[in-house]
Amino acid sequence: MNDLRDLYQEVILDHNKRPRNFRILPQPTHQANGLNPLCGDRISVYLDIEDDVIRDISFQGAGCAISSASASLMTEALKGKPVAEIEHLFDAFHDVVTTECECPKGLGKLSVLAGVRDYPSRVKCATLAWHAVRAALEERKEAVATE
Amino acid sequence: MNDMSALHSIIPSAPPPLEELDLARIRADFPILRQRVHDKPLVYLDNAASVQKPRAVIDAVSECYSSYYANIHRGVHLLSERSTAAYEGAREKVRAFLNAASAQEIIFTRGATESINLVASSFGGQTVKAGDEILITGMEHHSNIVPWQLLCERTGAKLKAAPFTDAGELILEEYERLLDSGPVKLVAFVHLSNALGTLNPAKLMIDLAHARGIPVLVDGAQSIPHLAVDVRELDCDFYAFSAHKIYGPSGVGVLYGKKALLDAMPPYQGGGDMISLVTFEKTEYADLPNKFEAGTPNIAGVIGLGAALDWVNAIGLERIAAHEHTLLDYATARLNEIPGLRIMGTARDKAALAAFTMDGIHPHDIGTILDREGVAVRAGHHCAQPVMQHYGVPATARASFAVYNTRDEVDVLVAALWKVKEMFEL
Ligand SMILES: Cc1ncc(COP(=O)(O)O)c(C=O)c1O
Repeated sequence: MNDLRDLYQEVILDHNKRPRNFRILPQPTHQANGLNPLCGDRISVYLDIEDDVIRDISFQGAGCAISSASASLMTEALKGKPVAEIEHLFDAFHDVVTTECECPKGLGKLSVLAGVRDYPSRVKCATLAWHAVRAALEERKEAVATE
Repeated sequence: MNDMSALHSIIPSAPPPLEELDLARIRADFPILRQRVHDKPLVYLDNAASVQKPRAVIDAVSECYSSYYANIHRGVHLLSERSTAAYEGAREKVRAFLNAASAQEIIFTRGATESINLVASSFGGQTVKAGDEILITGMEHHSNIVPWQLLCERTGAKLKAAPFTDAGELILEEYERLLDSGPVKLVAFVHLSNALGTLNPAKLMIDLAHARGIPVLVDGAQSIPHLAVDVRELDCDFYAFSAHKIYGPSGVGVLYGKKALLDAMPPYQGGGDMISLVTFEKTEYADLPNKFEAGTPNIAGVIGLGAALDWVNAIGLERIAAHEHTLLDYATARLNEIPGLRIMGTARDKAALAAFTMDGIHPHDIGTILDREGVAVRAGHHCAQPVMQHYGVPATARASFAVYNTRDEVDVLVAALWKVKEMFEL
């Protein structure tokens, strides 16, 4: 059970149970949907961007603990950040969930998802919300799929 | 020994169930079952997705390649003759297994999916016109939905689905009403639902359609390993299944079709083996079944299917079904002990699998945690998204049984599910 606790850390279970920023923004400047065709999970992300800064960000949808917690943690991490930093953060996060890298500094709480790297079939769950944010910034209309 | 015989004299002797009869021997036939995963004994409960292969099947495929493999129907040389004989021998085994009238009615395909596509394309393309209707049920696998949608897009026909109850039972009155509510040209339904375990009343559904002159395709992908199917008794017009769900190799499937229908249908694909004469002006098609088997088929795979049917026959489908039924009853009772667990699909006629959700825990997380306990289940929409939509869930977890599963394995599953709950308790 110990190795499973590396995946299902308390922070993750907490964010799964009480997701932060779990709502619809009334007037988002950017919005997109993410779809994981493997399990049918869908999430929607909403961003309010002003002067190239993320003033507000939220999400909605149903997913597994990993995708819900990842989305919730992502919204916390991105709120107030300049748009220019998103790609950098996503890259660093992607490394953390896919490789045995030293956790890059500056990821903060996002690094609790590092356990996902031992569960290759779950990487898509952890990155779904990020893919949706990227699609929102690119103003893509159709739902982005993780594969 | 004396103690034992004393015991026997006081315990009335009931015939031992299959489990105690030869389950150890049956399990020994499956090399893959001997392994450990994540340091736990493998408990394979993903049999509805694909079932493991007994030694006899592995050996039959391997023997074909190592001793007599050649292309079929073409060579005058010995190996080709032997391969052809083995391939056609497998066709006869399938015929006998389904009790079809003639081996010409057995078409080898890549799987149930291709079998259904063949009918949609060939029979559908010929018969279905704009304004016509095709009737399926709400509990179909995507492979018995999408081929019909494609046909409808091509022709301007309409696809209708008969609904089911919350227990997962088809609403027969609705089915009958939909048969009468428009020009239905074909009925296609799943015999045993892979998402719910529901066993549909196939004979009755076929009779109702036939009373209106409508032909019926039965998707037997799930029913074939769990119950004896007699296509003549059912009187279905088409029956589709995949070898890999009945202990055979993947990449092989069967379409049974009534000869009169198959004879009247145009070929599905063009190529070698399906012609009798080709000139650039005109091609004459080969007789059944070759007309529908263009190109070099999965020769060793078909031979492996023949071996799988022999293996199943040696145990007997009735005994397999009885064993699986006992397991399902036991699993259902044990699963219902877990608070917050909800079984999806509680039809009176049910077989071989239990699909479920747990409050506040996504099936994917259930799947991952069970995997670490050595238990392989499916978590997802099971290629039956309309069923998920009916229950308003994105996915379910599903434990599905085969002849080699045991009560002990059900206990391991249940213990692992309690661990899932524990893991998610905050
Ligand atoms: C009910 C049902 N129909 C059709 C299929 C498709 O079978 P295959 O993928 O082998 O073609 C499946 C496989 O899961 C099934 O369960």
